[in-house]
Amino acid sequence: MSITEKQQEIVAEFALFDDWMQRYEYMIELGKSLPLISPEYKNDDHIIKGCQSKVWVHATLDDDKIAFTADSDAIITKGIIAILIRVFSNQHPKEILASETGFIDEIGLKEHLSPTRANGLVSMIKQLKMYALAYQTQLS
Amino acid sequence: MDLMFKTALDVSRIRNDFPILHRQVNGQDLVYLDNAATSQTPLPVIDAISDYYKHTNANIHRGVHALSQEATDQFEQARQKIQVHVNAAHAHEIILTSGTTHAINLVASGFTSLLQKGDELIVSALEHHANIVPWQMLCERTGAKLLVIPMTENGTLDMEAYKGLLSSRTKVVFVNHVSNALGIINPIESIISQAHDVSAAVLIDGAQATPHMVPDVQALDVEFYTTSAHKICGPTGIGMLYGKEEWLRKLPPYQGGGEMIDQVTFEKTTYADLPHKFEAGTPNIAGGVGFGAAIDYMQGIGFDAIAAHENDLLQHATEKLKRIEGLHIYGDVSQKVAVISFNVAGIHPYDIGTLLDKMGIAVRTGHHCCQPIMDFYKIPGTIRASFAFYNTHEEVERFVAGVEKAVDMLR
Repeated sequence: MSITEKQQEIVAEFALFDDWMQRYEYMIELGKSLPLISPEYKNDDHIIKGCQSKVWVHATLDDDKIAFTADSDAIITKGIIAILIRVFSNQHPKEILASETGFIDEIGLKEHLSPTRANGLVSMIKQLKMYALAYQTQLS
Repeated sequence: MDLMFKTALDVSRIRNDFPILHRQVNGQDLVYLDNAATSQTPLPVIDAISDYYKHTNANIHRGVHALSQEATDQFEQARQKIQVHVNAAHAHEIILTSGTTHAINLVASGFTSLLQKGDELIVSALEHHANIVPWQMLCERTGAKLLVIPMTENGTLDMEAYKGLLSSRTKVVFVNHVSNALGIINPIESIISQAHDVSAAVLIDGAQATPHMVPDVQALDVEFYTTSAHKICGPTGIGMLYGKEEWLRKLPPYQGGGEMIDQVTFEKTTYADLPHKFEAGTPNIAGGVGFGAAIDYMQGIGFDAIAAHENDLLQHATEKLKRIEGLHIYGDVSQKVAVISFNVAGIHPYDIGTLLDKMGIAVRTGHHCCQPIMDFYKIPGTIRASFAFYNTHEEVERFVAGVEKAVDMLR
């Protein structure tokens, strides 16, 4: 499934809910399915700056595709990073770098996050793309 | 529930003065419990600011024309209201600043020329960053040393340790009247008198105390006391510094500019007398007028009634919250204002704060600009609910139910 298809899938899932409490409940559920970062990478080198709760991300390259793992000390943040990882994992770095993240506005996630969380969201996307850029440089 | 709490306040009538309290957030009636960050603004204050711009707006202290004189009168009347409110001996001991942070920076900057290497300053472990950083900068400039009164597990200051820190080297002690992160009322009378025993000056940050009580600066015998208008139903961007006249004369001007001068030549400038020496540039005139109106409004309600109602809300919320499994209140002592700082075991404060927001309930989450306190408890932050006289027992019920629901979702 392409990045765009995955994004459409998530937009459709969020449209199923009537209110934002249900969407948050779903995000909490998604957080539980997050591919967890290995404890050895859960350190300051892998922390994302700009988030008020702690978020760690790590990426590996397998068969030209990136696999992301992450964790957070806050559950809703875990849900948010889980959504992003679902979109970007198992994709070629080039695809990740070229992708748009308009789906976040489409599901209304950003406007329903407090500014500090919204800034955190931007930092998370930036960090995932930084990994993609690093591996893309390695591949080319 | 209301029957349990006999209160002299007609809260539903008071709430009509606050249009913002009737709006919805995320489809729910707003429950505003972030009053320690900023209080809401009642119509008489909004009207005072609006009327000022509609009828009086002019620059002050200089013009010969009628508007300028009326604006000057209104601004100076506000200063007098503040003077009377905090019981200062003179109106010129009240400096209008942009807020508490500005006031503290003004004093800390002024001490640069009064300190020497080896002098000591004493701060409490409970301070807002605004009452730490300006003094650290002062220490860097002068070589003075910053000593810290430690806190104890229940959030109170270790007064025995304070006694041990004081010496003839102590020059300034700066402590908040009420801790913004925990709501604890500090024993400032004792802190001030002990500082005076070693001839040290004291600055009290009253930003979190003034919404709940009236300081008497002469009875306290304090050198400096400061607060921000927006904590007591006034506008943002205006606050006050009280300083004993002799101390305000000792400190050099903070900023140069118009308003603060007596004579200017390129050879030498002489400074204006108090309070203008510390009020360079055109001040926040409308803000000053709003500050005065806010004091009138709060006095009209009455601080005794305010304190009694807020204490009822505090007892109600504390008792209900404690029934939630794993919930821990930081600084749960008897000497405190209507602020509850808490966490629920195993749950990040941001998660609870985010879900409460979805339910229309505004609380603060985070370190509350008090990272040293959070480090002491080894936590990333807390959830802080802070109550005002316009909050109701129904809102306490909705808040507690909201926390319960959030905890259910997050566990």
